[in-house]
Amino acid sequence: MFDFSVISQWLHNLLLSIVPEWAAILIESVLVALVIITLYAVFAIVLIYMERKICGFFQCRLGPNRVGKWGLLQVFADVFKMLQKEIIKMRQTDRFLHDLAPFFVVTASMLTFACLPWNKGAHMIDFNIGIFFILAVSSVGVVGILLAGWGSNSKYPLIGAMRSGAQIISYELSIGLTMLTMICLTGTMQISEIVEQQAAEGWNIFRGHVPALIAFVIYLIAGNAECNRGPFDLPEAESELTAGYHTEYSGMHFGYFYLAEYLNLFIAAGIASTIFLGGWAPLHIAGLDGFNGVMDAIPGIVWFLGKTFFVVFLFMWERWTLPRLRIDNILSLEWKYLMPISMANLVLMALVVAFKLYL
Amino acid sequence: MYQDKSYFSGLFCGIKSICIGLKTTMREFFTPKITEQYPENRKELKMFDRFRGSLTMPHNEKNEHKCVACGICQMQCPNDSINVVSEMVEVDGKKKKQLVRYEYNLGSCMFCMLCVNACPHDAITFDQSFENAVFDRSKLIKQLNKPGSKVAEKPMPARPAVAKPAAKDAEASVAQAAPDQAKAEKPQPATDEATEAKAEN
Repeated sequence: MFDFSVISQWLHNLLLSIVPEWAAILIESVLVALVIITLYAVFAIVLIYMERKICGFFQCRLGPNRVGKWGLLQVFADVFKMLQKEIIKMRQTDRFLHDLAPFFVVTASMLTFACLPWNKGAHMIDFNIGIFFILAVSSVGVVGILLAGWGSNSKYPLIGAMRSGAQIISYELSIGLTMLTMICLTGTMQISEIVEQQAAEGWNIFRGHVPALIAFVIYLIAGNAECNRGPFDLPEAESELTAGYHTEYSGMHFGYFYLAEYLNLFIAAGIASTIFLGGWAPLHIAGLDGFNGVMDAIPGIVWFLGKTFFVVFLFMWERWTLPRLRIDNILSLEWKYLMPISMANLVLMALVVAFKLYL
Repeated sequence: MYQDKSYFSGLFCGIKSICIGLKTTMREFFTPKITEQYPENRKELKMFDRFRGSLTMPHNEKNEHKCVACGICQMQCPNDSINVVSEMVEVDGKKKKQLVRYEYNLGSCMFCMLCVNACPHDAITFDQSFENAVFDRSKLIKQLNKPGSKVAEKPMPARPAVAKPAAKDAEASVAQAAPDQAKAEKPQPATDEATEAKAEN
């Protein structure tokens, strides 16, 4: 398997030969930040296009197909439209918080985005409590949403933001518990090690069989709720709250919320593919050496993106199947069903690990 | 929140119904899409049969239509979109109404189809054409009868109740359709009406 750290090491040595170490690290940080921002924008565009097409197909429509071949330029057109729009300044809003909110949301999702394992050796943020870091920084987004609701000084955004706060904090528990379940199996929180382990011993969803599968399903449900999507899009609830917490935003400030929504979807899917489906680890079947060789020939980035987009498709499938829930249903789903199930599942996984029942 | 099922049966019912929903959407995902890409498929686009495009008066190959210029459609039209211009001509010593112009204003038509339903001779119908854009409102006023056309010689009896032999069948069907208590009184006035109608003609 190709190791990306060869390239990063080469770049590091090259820079060291020209500039002192502090400058080299500074340059590398700037480069990494540029790469993150570029990838962020590219994936947002890809995901928005994918969402519109898949939504159309689920509803027996064709989706965008007028701008460019198969509507490929539609999202670019939308992005340019949004860039040109004026950012409206409203009276009687808390201007500072109102303008700060989208950056909170976008920064939180970019930080989480940087944790994804793209390839062997291609991690941007990787340290021994990686999963904790992901959980922590992905929760910062809710601060941005609450600020957006509060700073807008308007009833719909405030209701949307409050709903969002209740919902995200609730579903964070399920996400945390399912991740704990998987950490119980892997024994490490470092993302690169989790993936290395799966590359060596098989994907977690196969290793952990029943509890891992239950955790995966719960993650799919809670992940959609975390992204404020699907049946859990109460914070936006366009039929009740116009647009929820971002009602009062326009132009690129709205665009940041929009980007963050889709990137959160990608991140949720990327984390699912990392901890359940093996990240960049290729599919290996014990005993079939020829098959394994072919699978090894596919680059890790393709594996990672393939799995991630597969999970994104599952999320979208879920989203376009189910109608929006009521707020009390959402909370009772989490507190009465998902959380007890994931707690029982954690115990089950602990038993599986204790008795070495995993594959 | 009301509770009609126990915790576990509710949970499994929910899972089952979600699976049904997911199956339905997945099937929909792979079905051929119903979107019509209009300007591109203009050649092969076929509107459904009940589509109300614009009012037409079908003519047969001898350039004959079925309109007897009775003007019922004009009376039925809520928007005054129809204007039947007729003249009285004398044929074999009998005075007879004859259609001169059947004017139809597409611009004010609301496609309610009352005219078509009211027509006793099925002389008018809606066709499937829908490309109605013109640059001038006056072009929306159309003459439906073709120049030089005339009414068909022996119009098909549109209402069987009018003709004598068919009257009994019509009565029978009316009696069957009518509620039971109406059955006893119905035949007598119905025959009277039929004969009166015959006499008027």
